Amino acid sequence: MLDYINSYLSDTVHVTPGEAGNFFWALVYIIAIFAGLSVAVIAMNWLERKILAHMQIRLGPMRVGPHGLLQPVADAIKLLLKEDILPSEADPLVFWLAPLIVVWTAFTVFIVVPFGPTHAVTDMNIGVLFMLGVSSLSVLGVVTAGWASNSHYPLIGALRSSAQMVSYEIAMGLAVISAVLMSSLNAEGTGTLSMIGLVQAQEAQQTWFIFKFFPLGLIAFFVFAVAMVAETNRAPFDLPEAESELTAGFHTEYSGFRWSLFFLAEYSAMIAVSSIAVTLWLGGWLRPFPHALTGETWDLVFSLFPGITFMFLAAITFYSVARMPKHPYFRVQTIGLAGFGAVLALIGLALFAPPVRDRIQDVYWFVVKVAGFMYLYIWYRGTFPRYRFDQLMKVGWKVLLPIGLGVLILTAVSGIVF
Amino acid sequence: MPDATKFLSHLELGETDQTFLDSNELIINMGPQHPATHGVLRVILKLDGEKVLGTECVIGYLHRGVEKIAEHRTYTMFNPYVDRMDYVAAVSNGLGYCEAVEKLMNVEAPPRANYIRVILTELNRLASHMLWLGTHALDIGAITPLFYTFRDREEILKIFEKYCGARLTTHAFRIGGCLYETYDGFEQDVTRFLKFVAPKIDEYEELLTTNRIWVERTKKVGYITADDCKALGVTGPVLRASGVQWDLRKAQPYAAYKEFDFDIPTGTNGDTYDRYLVRMQEMRQSLRIIDQAVGKIPEGPIMAKVPKVIKPAVGEIYHSIEAPKGELGYFIVSDGSTQPYRVRVRPPSFVNLQALDQMVRGQLVADVVAVIGTLDIVLGEVDR
Amino acid sequence: MADETKAPAPPPSGEPKDSQGKPNPPSVEPVPAKKPGDPAAPANPGAPGSVATGSAPAHHEAAPAKPVGPAATEWHSEMVSRLTRQYGSGIREASTYLGQNYMVVDSSLIPELLRLLRDQEQFDYCVDITALHYPEKEKAFEVIWILYSFAKNERIRVKTEIVDGQVVPSSFSIWPTANWLEREVYDMFGIRFDGHPDLKRILLPDGWKGHPLRKDYGIIQQDNEWVQINLGIESGQ
Repeated sequence: MLDYINSYLSDTVHVTPGEAGNFFWALVYIIAIFAGLSVAVIAMNWLERKILAHMQIRLGPMRVGPHGLLQPVADAIKLLLKEDILPSEADPLVFWLAPLIVVWTAFTVFIVVPFGPTHAVTDMNIGVLFMLGVSSLSVLGVVTAGWASNSHYPLIGALRSSAQMVSYEIAMGLAVISAVLMSSLNAEGTGTLSMIGLVQAQEAQQTWFIFKFFPLGLIAFFVFAVAMVAETNRAPFDLPEAESELTAGFHTEYSGFRWSLFFLAEYSAMIAVSSIAVTLWLGGWLRPFPHALTGETWDLVFSLFPGITFMFLAAITFYSVARMPKHPYFRVQTIGLAGFGAVLALIGLALFAPPVRDRIQDVYWFVVKVAGFMYLYIWYRGTFPRYRFDQLMKVGWKVLLPIGLGVLILTAVSGIVF
Repeated sequence: MPDATKFLSHLELGETDQTFLDSNELIINMGPQHPATHGVLRVILKLDGEKVLGTECVIGYLHRGVEKIAEHRTYTMFNPYVDRMDYVAAVSNGLGYCEAVEKLMNVEAPPRANYIRVILTELNRLASHMLWLGTHALDIGAITPLFYTFRDREEILKIFEKYCGARLTTHAFRIGGCLYETYDGFEQDVTRFLKFVAPKIDEYEELLTTNRIWVERTKKVGYITADDCKALGVTGPVLRASGVQWDLRKAQPYAAYKEFDFDIPTGTNGDTYDRYLVRMQEMRQSLRIIDQAVGKIPEGPIMAKVPKVIKPAVGEIYHSIEAPKGELGYFIVSDGSTQPYRVRVRPPSFVNLQALDQMVRGQLVADVVAVIGTLDIVLGEVDR
Repeated sequence: MADETKAPAPPPSGEPKDSQGKPNPPSVEPVPAKKPGDPAAPANPGAPGSVATGSAPAHHEAAPAKPVGPAATEWHSEMVSRLTRQYGSGIREASTYLGQNYMVVDSSLIPELLRLLRDQEQFDYCVDITALHYPEKEKAFEVIWILYSFAKNERIRVKTEIVDGQVVPSSFSIWPTANWLEREVYDMFGIRFDGHPDLKRILLPDGWKGHPLRKDYGIIQQDNEWVQINLGIESGQ
């Protein structure tokens, strides 16, 4: 085990811990991913409320902690303390099991998500297939949730949700195959389903797949981007969980902690499918222009980005501190916010240190790209009205599926011709 | 002539003891408390899967007996009650009532009062349509326009507050004219508001009009023909969107509308999308009217010579105006005393709501909410 | 509660000129042609104005306590002449008051006349259907249809008088808008419409007893039994 750590720190390791058989290090990664995901979900909750509010010319949470930063904590505490209601007609075992299935599938997919060439728990040679397969299992959780509630509205909502998820998986699958085909355009002519392999293929071919065979890569990416929003039941495809529709969602009967599990799973699923999109089309952990802008100076410039990002966030925080009202009521909040800003600044400074900044590159670029997708999700929610269910199914089957097939065929043809 | 049997809106509520998985038809209740129905409205739907076979509206949850109260109040005392019916467009209600009583008393409000009335009523029409837009978009899933329209509606409510002290139930007019003179800076405020709001209306259109999802949710939804509208007594933007170019402000002008130049927007298809476009255009036409009016408010008294105690002669009158929701009519019967013998309010939302069944048959459940939104009903007016 | 309605209404001062501050001087007859009965009768408990007017003439017999408006004039039009030729004395009266035309017809004419108005005279829009209750009159109820013609931009009122309990033919088959309008008239006045597809209460709950807009229904009266059973309020209030 220590050999592995030493070899890791001296940059001579070329495989992920899972592949190397290093159980301890794999466990460390699992815990790190778990922790990272939890932080991400909490941050997403806060970001969603704030960004949506600002799009709607209002402020969002402002009182719980400075600028509402402690709002997710308050929500979590509230949900944990809420009464756990079990409907009398519900089947207790299945009722208990459903949120677990959804959360389990949402978290398990992260074992193949690569944050760097060796920064994944493991790298299966069927990585993408594994991710799609396991995330499809969440449909089972949705249906069991609806069934276990033993009441019409959640059941109808669950059936609709599952129909929606299943339909859009097909479109997702076709888009994924197009990307996999593109990865086979190397000297050996072999493609790969492995997540790390796909990014390395993009690196070898010196182009992100989104720009490959323009506009085919772009269209495939677009098909996947739309399908992934529908897959995760987010606006504009959130009819099954909309409040103003008749049939409330499959999670109607769930309250308190169980409901928060569904909510956790939803955000994790969003991050998971965004990771697939980033890995397949946006070059995963690759920094922009790894081959066009090479050399020591460019490497240095790009390696400064993480530190700069955190310093920028710290600067915004300090600016907000300066703008806080001077009333004594706000003293605690001001101090808290200043402390938060100080923490961000310290992290930024730490990220400037050379040993750190060389290693943090991959993770940073990956996270930035996934964060861009999260912003898109929130933006869609604020902008678009909801699709009616039959229109939603029509888009999935009659629009995305033919386009996906078309892109697939054209990609195959282009691969042969070019 | 329309075949009346197709307008039957009652359902046979018989087979409710079968489980919903057995029979093909399902009776679902969209209860009085629901985030979508604007107020306390209960709609019982008979569904075949997702398709609506018939609806029945159960109303009366907000019935306050306004017409009965009117018989026990004097004409002046009843004026504030009128605002509370269609509480979203209170100024229009007040205008209709005051004009009806003035007609019954055979007096006319002076020109200055008429101009002030027109300006405030058109501002109120804008406010009502903005609220409609926000809530309608919210029902269909676009959560953002609600906040934009409410923000802009605030400006109108501020003007009302400066004028008469109240934002929503304004009681702005009196029998014979207006009680309050326009405050200092009224014209500037209104002019500034006009400049402020014109690009905002464009912003709403930008968000929704060409939005693919909005178009798909509203085109061909809630379809009603012009003949059915006339037969069902539906008026207002719903009638105009079906192609009938009829507006009481032009057909039977009241309160200085003769002096302004404005168009009546009409639609062609009579579906929800056309109603949306018609109301957006009506907002623009309202801006046009206010723009013309605010520049040339004539000088003079704001109140006609009306006795302190209003005692119209024995007789009856029916007077209607074009409220933002349709034809709002007041049928007042006087017996020569200070209290009306009967006040009947002909509410546009009540009659328009009858058309719900016709508009929603054969459509899907998710459209019911959209159609209720597009009819622009206010339960205070439906139930009185 | 009933006192509140009495207090703010000042008694008419009996100065005929002030109460007639109108631009047009009143026409010849002090009493207008159409008088809806004498509301000063005790059958109207909540109208203090009428009680007060009862006391005024004690001082001024010559000047009428009630203000006088323009008289209702006869309504001359081709349509009226056509209808009177067809129905003769069924059309009791056709007048104009304050510029608004109305006709009072015999109740036997009702579905036929309305259908004719829709088909031949183009009154395709039924604006409103409502009723009035005059308890002292022999024919206590008056049912009123307000009709509008889009083509002619004309609005008329058709009124008919019926006795309590008389059934009026429904106009649902002529104008479907009559559906809810007639239900409301039934709910508020108790007038039944024959041929209506679903005549039941619309604004008040289904089991309610009583018809509120009748003059013998008090302003704060409620169906205490219904309230006790359904709302669980013991006193009924």
